[in-house]
Amino acid sequence: MANVETKGLEKHFGDVKAVDGVDIVSREGEFLVLLGPSGCGKTTLLRMIAGLEKPSAGDILIGGKVVTHLPPRTRGIAMVFQSYALYPHMTIYKNIAFPLKAISMPKEEIDKKVKWAASMFGIDRLLKRKPRELSGGERQRVALARALVREPNVFLLDEPLSNLDAKLRASAREELYRFQKGVEITTLYVTHDQVEAMGMGDRIAVMNKGTVRQLGTPDEVYSDPSDTFVAGFLGSPPMNLVKAQDRFVGFRPERFLPREMHGESTDVESFPLEVSRIEDLGASRLIYGRLKERFNRHPVVANLPTSFTHYSIEPGGTYNFAVPKKDVKFFAVENGLRAEPISI
Amino acid sequence: MGHTDTPTGKMIMKGQGRFSFLVDNEKFLGPLMIAPAVIYVLALVGYPLILAFAYSLSDITVGSVEYNFVGFSTFRSIIEEPEFRIALKNTILFTFVSMAIVVVLAKILALLLVQDFKGKFFIRALILMPYVAPISLGVIGWLWMLDSIYSPINWLLQRTGLFGPDFWPMWLGKPGLAMASIITVHVWRMLPLAMIIMLAGLASIPKDIQDAALVDGAGYFRRLFQITVPMMLPIMLVAVLFGIVFTATDIIIILVLTRGGPYDSTQVLVSQAFYTGIDAGDLAGGAATALFLFPLLLAVAIFMLKIARRSEVT
Repeated sequence: MANVETKGLEKHFGDVKAVDGVDIVSREGEFLVLLGPSGCGKTTLLRMIAGLEKPSAGDILIGGKVVTHLPPRTRGIAMVFQSYALYPHMTIYKNIAFPLKAISMPKEEIDKKVKWAASMFGIDRLLKRKPRELSGGERQRVALARALVREPNVFLLDEPLSNLDAKLRASAREELYRFQKGVEITTLYVTHDQVEAMGMGDRIAVMNKGTVRQLGTPDEVYSDPSDTFVAGFLGSPPMNLVKAQDRFVGFRPERFLPREMHGESTDVESFPLEVSRIEDLGASRLIYGRLKERFNRHPVVANLPTSFTHYSIEPGGTYNFAVPKKDVKFFAVENGLRAEPISI
Repeated sequence: MGHTDTPTGKMIMKGQGRFSFLVDNEKFLGPLMIAPAVIYVLALVGYPLILAFAYSLSDITVGSVEYNFVGFSTFRSIIEEPEFRIALKNTILFTFVSMAIVVVLAKILALLLVQDFKGKFFIRALILMPYVAPISLGVIGWLWMLDSIYSPINWLLQRTGLFGPDFWPMWLGKPGLAMASIITVHVWRMLPLAMIIMLAGLASIPKDIQDAALVDGAGYFRRLFQITVPMMLPIMLVAVLFGIVFTATDIIIILVLTRGGPYDSTQVLVSQAFYTGIDAGDLAGGAATALFLFPLLLAVAIFMLKIARRSEVT
């Protein structure tokens, strides 16, 4: 068990700063997700922690020890790659045994460990096969078993679920989550999928353009975004951001509801909404529309639960929508960061 | 719509010449397109090969006009000849020693050149030179380098003090040295192509797999022998197969450098076949000598392709 820490970590490729000053501290045994759009530097950051890329500046600590210039094998880490990177010419048994052979473990012990790791992921019966004879889900489990078998201090996972089909991904997510909670090994998990991040992460580091924009629990980054990037990246549809004076006013579509749904509460901000289009998604309805002139007729979205039956909403009509005051967030226009609330 | 006389419609009608139905027919077009290759192979490879088979089973000579079928008696008589045995032994020695050296050197070169460094393309181009130059010219250059009187190699080694003042080896004039020289020149010639094939094989290994091995704690040699080499094996085997067949059937280097001498010490089956069949006019004997390795090489080819297919990855 160990925690991972980066201090002012940077990686330059020519003039491009792929990672531009990242300071994160993981907690022991936690599931920390690095979330961001493609090209935000999250994989480069993970590869630096693994020792596969040399940092241009800054330091990496694992278990309190500086490992910045140490080779991968001395860092006590295990990594699962997006492509799984199984050794195609070896059987599954040999694939899983490979990290143990590298530390010259006695044969009987290797055998015991391989069988233990294989049983953890239910792949005992596949040990004699070659990777090409396995399905995507099975390959992913082999990759995890190979990472687990040497009992690393830190797991590094680089989009391990992105090559699975959508159905399998949901069950693999569940399995991976339970596995991580079971072994309690510090895990850094890179993904661009916010569902994976929200569902599995103890904490999420939202990254953009080589920097960490916010590090917090799923609830914090979702409900309390620290800047407009985080607000706009998380959620589907994302937070409405409306310009008012020198602020962006942000509110989540699922909190942006007809006035009646907030009951008698007076602690709400009212926004009359001119509805232009309605998408019925089954579980809820997305209401697209525009605010009044006061907000420059800014387009916004509301996510209306099916439980709303007070009256029917039709395109073309204008309805009184509102957001609880505590759910309205304010961001400064000049830098996108959170700012003091103003009255609107 | 409803109006069939559109401009496009007209153009399609115009394009339908008298033979266009033939060109549109895959059963006709396919064989037509492949015909040049088939004719080429049949005329320039198939026909001479069949002729060689026919000659080897006869007692035909350059001067004779009759074809007498004698079965395998030509083969039986050439096997008895000591010259043939020497040539067979030399062929095997020449082929395997030079291929072994080529594989090891090409692998090392490829591993070096796959790294990033300044002037990488210049070095790669330099190494490719022997392959780009006409082989006969290259070998004539070597003939000069290994000359018994004017050898620049000897001069250089003597001047640098590596050879004593009286030490002046006759590279092409002593049996052992001549074979070593032939092998060296052949390695020089085969190395560029082998290295390029190895480079391609190295580049075909996904970076993730090398990274995974690094993270899994494998050191340089474990990665080399347990990941890189096994994953390159199919392409290496194909390279070795071509190398063996090419080496066992090549004649240029020997013809230019030693003409099989001294004392037949560099005589191989192909040069032996050339001197027997063309110079001495014994067409049957020459054909039998040349074809002697045919079943062996065929077996090597089939064997290698089988292994290559079995170890194919993903």
